Amino acid sequence: MATLIFTVLPYVALATFVVGHVARYRHDKLGWGTRTSEVFEKRWLMWGSPLFHFGALFVIAGHAGGLLVPPGLTRALGISDHLYHQIAVWAGAVAGTVMCVGLAILFARRFFGGHRLRIVTTPMDRVLYALLIAETVVGMWQTVAINIFGSGYEYRGTVSVWFRQVFTLSTDPALLTGAPMVYRLHVILACLIIAVWPFTRLVHVWSVPVGYLARPFVVYRRRPQRAVRAGTRMARAARRGW
Amino acid sequence: MRVMAQVAMVMNLDKCIGCHTCSVTCKQTWTNRDGVEYVWFNNVETKPGIGYPRGYEDQERWKGGWELDRKGRLRLRSGGRLKRLAQLFANPDQPVLDDYYEPVTYDYDRLHSAPAGQKAVPVARPKSAITGKDVKVEWGPNWDDDLGGGPDLVPQDPNVRAMVAADPAAADKVKASFEQTFMFHLPRICEHCLNPACVSACPSSAMYKREDDGIVLVDQDKCRGWRMCVSACPYKKVYINHVSGKAEKCTFCFPRIEAGLPTVCAETCVGRLRYIGLVLYDADKVAAAASVPDTADLLEAQRDVFCDPHDPEVIAAARQAGIAEDWIDAAQRSPIWKLISEFKVALPLHPEYRTLPMVWYVPPLSPVLDATSAGGGDDASADDVFHAITSLRIPMEYLAQVFTAGDVDAVAGSLLRLAAVRTHMRRRSLDGGQDDALLERVGLTAEQVEELYRLLAIAKMKDRYVIPPAHKERAAELSSWASGCSLDSPGGPGMGGAPTAPGGGPVPVTIGKRRLR
Repeated sequence: MATLIFTVLPYVALATFVVGHVARYRHDKLGWGTRTSEVFEKRWLMWGSPLFHFGALFVIAGHAGGLLVPPGLTRALGISDHLYHQIAVWAGAVAGTVMCVGLAILFARRFFGGHRLRIVTTPMDRVLYALLIAETVVGMWQTVAINIFGSGYEYRGTVSVWFRQVFTLSTDPALLTGAPMVYRLHVILACLIIAVWPFTRLVHVWSVPVGYLARPFVVYRRRPQRAVRAGTRMARAARRGW
Repeated sequence: MRVMAQVAMVMNLDKCIGCHTCSVTCKQTWTNRDGVEYVWFNNVETKPGIGYPRGYEDQERWKGGWELDRKGRLRLRSGGRLKRLAQLFANPDQPVLDDYYEPVTYDYDRLHSAPAGQKAVPVARPKSAITGKDVKVEWGPNWDDDLGGGPDLVPQDPNVRAMVAADPAAADKVKASFEQTFMFHLPRICEHCLNPACVSACPSSAMYKREDDGIVLVDQDKCRGWRMCVSACPYKKVYINHVSGKAEKCTFCFPRIEAGLPTVCAETCVGRLRYIGLVLYDADKVAAAASVPDTADLLEAQRDVFCDPHDPEVIAAARQAGIAEDWIDAAQRSPIWKLISEFKVALPLHPEYRTLPMVWYVPPLSPVLDATSAGGGDDASADDVFHAITSLRIPMEYLAQVFTAGDVDAVAGSLLRLAAVRTHMRRRSLDGGQDDALLERVGLTAEQVEELYRLLAIAKMKDRYVIPPAHKERAAELSSWASGCSLDSPGGPGMGGAPTAPGGGPVPVTIGKRRLR
């Protein structure tokens, strides 16, 4: 059972993640986007969306730090384990709270904010909200109930090791079977989110428009290069536009 | 000099009767679909009036278009690139549905299904075309048509507010003038600007201007729904499809233009007031023309961007730029070039937005003529009309707010020429003579006036629309720029497969069919 959940599930999720993205990008470019609903509701979105997104970005950064950086490295940098945990737990609690508030606003807005939003809410949106809320609640439980008010749990010796093992193709499910229930649940939910990712609006994450910062303002489109070469009269060297 | 070609439009507002045929045919052609029920690529609004969406001309509020920063450099009014990316999660300047209107359909089925012999006459209740729920009809895309709700709504018109801000005494005059009801209709489509704010604001580079004909389009496959184009467009002519979550806009009916046909709005225009043709412009001058410091100089700067298609130097540059001979020929016969640059009767809509719009307007003379006859003058007498044009502050200042960034002289110049055409042609019909002093005053020859008369009054289809078809050998490439040929994909409409709606499933035929659930 543990092998099924902590060895098979992550790879199934990752495979779905990769294949799903390729398939969706090839066959559903029209559906690839943020699916913005600001035209229907703006007042709550102005609060909920930035809180959720900025909170989530910090939460993801925190996860990257906790999962990818082994304790040896932080110790070598002169950060004691105690200090590391203080930073991780409190920064995590703040970022997590911001994300939670944002998510709560977005949830209330979407499902109790009137008929207009309901008609643009797809079944996959419902799945996504359910998974994100469950994952966030479990994550906050870990941070607040276990690490702040509880006795704490040194996940860097177990969960983080397992996480890195996933990418070296050498998972040891025993590392997780010993972890508290909420940690195991957190991992399972994370796998599910990874698995449904390409089929939800989460694909917009990969479309962050960083290229916008460097491009000329007005975009001109010309015919494909081969066509320009074919039509000698139309061939021209200088780039048009300004 | 980098010569580029642009398909442009001029509308002669004197002929617009506000029948909305253009809006309806456009709607049936392009936006009769789920997700765009509230969208009118073409709409006709009454001026003075607040327009669609409400008060869209108030850029203090909507932050559309461009402005100059402290150093005189052009920047989007909504802020720089970093600020825009920081606002991806929530766009503070985006209009919401209620700023447009809640589209409505009626529960017509009730009329059929009501049992016979019922005492009360069955009623088709209004239902929201978006949610299908009962809705109170309180606003529409042309609610203030023909000055409906005038005393309340006219003072909210951003152009009236700007006029009053410039001169507080104008407030009373607007009111007085309003009681004599001056108004005109303003049909609006996407301006297909030379310096488009929407394209510049699109973070995904999904919006683009076609090199060949300057038509501005949205690549539906690249649009990610960041909705910055909607707020950046000062004319609010980019819309969000709420089903796909992506931007859509007027396409200048590019499939028709490529075939040498006029747009649907122009083709079906009852008043025959639309003109379509090419203009050649110098792409190197665009940035400078958009960043002229004084708004009063914007109109002249924008006219300067156009190149004389008869100038041998321009023709050589056009050839070098790969513009085909028949396109150069079409540019020489272009009614747009004549109306904008040769006769200087057409004016841009809100040049102060600095987007260099490519749909220009011949301002309406009729409010002035009405005022002339109301004041006891003869509306066919040049002197009386000229006097009215130069002395009437309203509606002249109002027209100036709309078309010339407040420069009354520029509007007056255009109207004087139009009035001169009337007077000259009247004289020609009555005694065959001509008034040389009058012609000299407006700077036109008798031949020019007659050509202008032919263009404005007779307006045969071949004179109104001079549209060179896209070259056949290139037509397939043109249409495949955006998203590839729809016939090519497996299961595409051309391959025998059924067309599908954005969310999957069959494309609904009408708005009413899907709703009312």
